[in-house]
Amino acid sequence: MTDITKDAIAPPRSFLSQDAIQVFYRLLAALLICAVLAVLSDSFLSLGNILNVLRQASLTFFIASGLTLVVLTAGLDLSVGANVALSACIAGTVIHKTGSPALGILTGLACGGIVGLLNGVMVTALRIPSFIATYGMLWVLNGLTYWYMAGETLHGFPAGFRQIGSGYLFGLPIPVYLLLVFLGIGTLFAQRTIWGQEIYAIGANPVAARLSGIPVARRLLLVYAVSGTMAGLASIIFLSRLNSAEADIGESLTLPAIAAVLIGGTSLFGGVGTVFGTFIGALILTLVLNGMNLLAVSANWQPLVTGIIVILAVWLDMKTRRRAQ
Amino acid sequence: MREAAVVSQPNPLQRIPGVAIVLVLLIALFGAIAPGFLSVANLSNVLVQSTILTMLALPMTLIIMTEGLDLSMGAVLTLTSLCVAIVSLATQSMLLGLGAGLLVGAAFGTVNGWLVAILGIPPFVATLGTLGMAQGLSLIVSDGQSVVGIPHSVRDIYSATLLGVPVPIVMALVTYAGFHTLLYHTRFGTYIFALGGNREALRYAGLSPNRLLIAVYAIGGAMAGIAGLLMTARMNSGHPTAGLGLEFDAIAAVAVGGTSFERGNGWLLGTLLGVISVGVLRNGLNLISLPSSVQVASVGVLVIIALFLDGLRSRA
Repeated sequence: MTDITKDAIAPPRSFLSQDAIQVFYRLLAALLICAVLAVLSDSFLSLGNILNVLRQASLTFFIASGLTLVVLTAGLDLSVGANVALSACIAGTVIHKTGSPALGILTGLACGGIVGLLNGVMVTALRIPSFIATYGMLWVLNGLTYWYMAGETLHGFPAGFRQIGSGYLFGLPIPVYLLLVFLGIGTLFAQRTIWGQEIYAIGANPVAARLSGIPVARRLLLVYAVSGTMAGLASIIFLSRLNSAEADIGESLTLPAIAAVLIGGTSLFGGVGTVFGTFIGALILTLVLNGMNLLAVSANWQPLVTGIIVILAVWLDMKTRRRAQ
Repeated sequence: MREAAVVSQPNPLQRIPGVAIVLVLLIALFGAIAPGFLSVANLSNVLVQSTILTMLALPMTLIIMTEGLDLSMGAVLTLTSLCVAIVSLATQSMLLGLGAGLLVGAAFGTVNGWLVAILGIPPFVATLGTLGMAQGLSLIVSDGQSVVGIPHSVRDIYSATLLGVPVPIVMALVTYAGFHTLLYHTRFGTYIFALGGNREALRYAGLSPNRLLIAVYAIGGAMAGIAGLLMTARMNSGHPTAGLGLEFDAIAAVAVGGTSFERGNGWLLGTLLGVISVGVLRNGLNLISLPSSVQVASVGVLVIIALFLDGLRSRA
């Protein structure tokens, strides 16, 4: 009994060195990709391209960081992309109607958070398996967004608002600062707070977590709400960078976010992984897609490559863990 | 022990009400509010339009019975539909087109089964990965454009009749008969029940659960190939996004039809009624001029309700 409790509560600390090794491997992989791309393409090392990679990676990271917490509990959120689309369209409408970016940002975050909370209710109160519940939510959100937009495009937002996604501060794009902030918050939350530790415990062994007094349902609600809110944040960055909102902007976002989480070493079976790993995962994926772009490979190839990467990442993860045991 | 045996038996009596009530309620609702819904022309239209979904939902039932899932079916259907269009355009032969669609579909299904059975990747992630791959390949082979000008022999399949019955309906009925025989009257069908219910027993009986699992996913892929022919015939072209999301309607039909996601027992007739329910829902909403976006959302709500009820029943 004592052993079970210890296993459930302690894994992040005792795995820290193993986590560090896993992250180190992934950093090496990212550097290797950079080296290859630097040789293959003259424009890869240009400042403009590197900033572009960082900005692109930060967008994937915002969605993937919240998703990481969900996957840590052995769940999955397939609705994040559709959530970004709905939140962006609603936030865009609010900004147009009221002229207030602040109100729009709040609405976008709230919309994302509410959708996440609904996911959490389906998983905890209705006990629907998370991948099916959030997959159903994906289509509900898709339908709502297309119905709400009715084929229209919103565009033209205040210049101040557009700075969030496309502005620079001391030579770095503003999304990169946001990335650093949320990387810090996410890492601190997961590794250094009791709630974070409880999330690891739930993923490692839900029964042991419940028996040791962790309010599992409430933590799961929190995790899905955070995932939704981060999708809301991503929707604001998207809106401000594209300076427009359309119903279909979320369609190509979910698979890359899941890919980033899995490349980053978070296990689909819960309890293992870090937010920092997800950041590296987002970076690796963006580097690969950016490299294809620089080498003039048609964008049509991107879903194919992302799909292969998702499967490879899960397979590698399962293989290394099997060997470690 | 005795209890376990009772639980694992399919219990149609307990299920018939669920999906039948849904279907009757939907028909009554749209009969009352949608003008022209109950006309013979419209009802036969609902049935013909449900044929493609039938071909996906029946194999999806088998896959879900193995506690699996195939999210790639819609994307694979899109790809096979394009293959049918491209090959039949190049060779002017419907059969060669169908052969190409079957081959590509079965190949994708086999890869799905291999990822799930041999590599042990959770089905929803494995098939999410192959969804991306099939979607990418669709864009690549079509270069993002529609494939038009396909031969008459392909087009005619959707509009032709056999003894007064539309050919797509004949194909769907034959498919249903095939799956019914396969699941309830062959040893393979018994093994499928065991794949979801008791995989260890298969191993003790000297059978390879992995090979059976691959076969189940391969059947799903092959059916997406046949459905691809119908899709191309119906649209009179191949389109790189034609079937995206159809897997969700298939999952909805299976869930509404009373097949359980966690206990490995499935019911094919329930799935068929589920397919018609989804078809009626979409057709009815269409008749009262609600856009397809609302139809998509309402199918999502239907699935969540069905799963919630399924969860309630499993706890009762």
